[in-house]
Amino acid sequence: MSQNTMNLKVKVWRQKNANAQGAFVTYDVAGISDEMSFLEMMDILNERLITEGGDPVAFDHDCREGICGMCSMYINGKPHGPWQANTTCQLHMRAFKDGETIVIEPWRANSFPIVKDLTVDRSAFDRIIQAGGYISVNTGNAVDGNSLPIEKQNADEAFAAAMCIGCGACVAACKNSSAMLFLSAKVSHLALLPQGAPERKSRVLKMVAQMDKEGFGSCTNTGACEATCPKEISIANIARLNNEYLGASLTAQ
Amino acid sequence: MTFKQMFTSSVGKKLVMAFTGIFLVLFLVVHASLNACIWAMDGGVIFNKAAHFMGSFVVPRILEIGLFLGIFLHIIQGYMLTLENRGKRKVGYEVNYSKGSKWYSRSMAILGTILLMFFIIHWKHFWVPSRITGVAEMDLGNGFIVHNLFGVMQDTFQNVWVVLFYVISCISLGYHLAHGFQSAFKTIGVHNKRYHTMISSIGYGFAIIIPLAFALMPISFYLHWVK
Repeated sequence: MSQNTMNLKVKVWRQKNANAQGAFVTYDVAGISDEMSFLEMMDILNERLITEGGDPVAFDHDCREGICGMCSMYINGKPHGPWQANTTCQLHMRAFKDGETIVIEPWRANSFPIVKDLTVDRSAFDRIIQAGGYISVNTGNAVDGNSLPIEKQNADEAFAAAMCIGCGACVAACKNSSAMLFLSAKVSHLALLPQGAPERKSRVLKMVAQMDKEGFGSCTNTGACEATCPKEISIANIARLNNEYLGASLTAQ
Repeated sequence: MTFKQMFTSSVGKKLVMAFTGIFLVLFLVVHASLNACIWAMDGGVIFNKAAHFMGSFVVPRILEIGLFLGIFLHIIQGYMLTLENRGKRKVGYEVNYSKGSKWYSRSMAILGTILLMFFIIHWKHFWVPSRITGVAEMDLGNGFIVHNLFGVMQDTFQNVWVVLFYVISCISLGYHLAHGFQSAFKTIGVHNKRYHTMISSIGYGFAIIIPLAFALMPISFYLHWVK
């Protein structure tokens, strides 16, 4: 298979730390293979910057297999770049054309403060999970997996919701910086399973309260989150979360 | 958990928008149905009777108080949520993400502002004369005297700019409903796919039929389709 190489301009947001004033800097990157991944292109840029004695562009990445949720770039006006159901690390350079200028921004939300350049602090998500994303389990031997009957439909929907990797693309895409797609995935996957039943009511109330405390916006059902989600989490989960919230808040003591 | 906490969380605030929105949707059905009496082609007799009933009978008068509360709650909460949500991203994007959502879903506040301007002018055209400053009356025989609101409509809709403004407002209403109708049901927790498909279809139908019916009213008067 023949490789095509391309020369690109990369317009990246550079910011030294959370309090510093940031700005866009445009770099030329030459000889990029269309078979490279997007992060490999960034690695090439960074190696060059290091060689030249400059400061490499900070960006989050870990597994580079599309499953960890660490990569987080907002590329040409869409979280994780132009492809559907895709993370930045699984984006390849064939998505771009020779001579193109690629604009790379960090996730923008007050609740995701910038650490440096394209790296943002997403620990707000961890605190939301800590507030209620757990289940009660008896000590002793683990029960047999088949001892709890679960309806197929519920199992499928719970698994689909559990696909959420917590990358924060939903917040980045939302005009309100709302974390509702993330939260709804976490609430749904436990609410649909019998294991999640004991804390079902308190979970949704605590997690919504924590989400508000973290300063995320409220959902206006525009659907931008669903359209950009690398794991295609359905917006129907948000309606389920609303349902859980309404039921729990009406019946809570 | 108190009711105050329930309705002041981020989800709770949306519940207020959804419940008042659905209430206003129901009002639109009543309003459009009654106004459709202008097409009875009887010089406004049935329409004026219907308007008289709405203005004099106790039940619609009580509902009217609820209507005003609902409208103001929807408007105030809508603006507060818009400002609050905008403040959640202090530094904006160089390139905005516009492909993932419909323009009208992102523009509910602008569409709502057009509707607010419309309400103020609409109230001034009809509600204020009918309730406060007074309008010409029509004698329907046997001493049954009613406000001639049909006549007020005839006069008001002779001005092409008024007609144009009403039509633009109806288009705004259509787009506001195209998002708002289905969004309200998602907010109150309808997540069953079967119902969701049904509600979306009804919502789009509603967003076309109701504004179209309303827009045809000033047009009908302006073009003298009704006399």
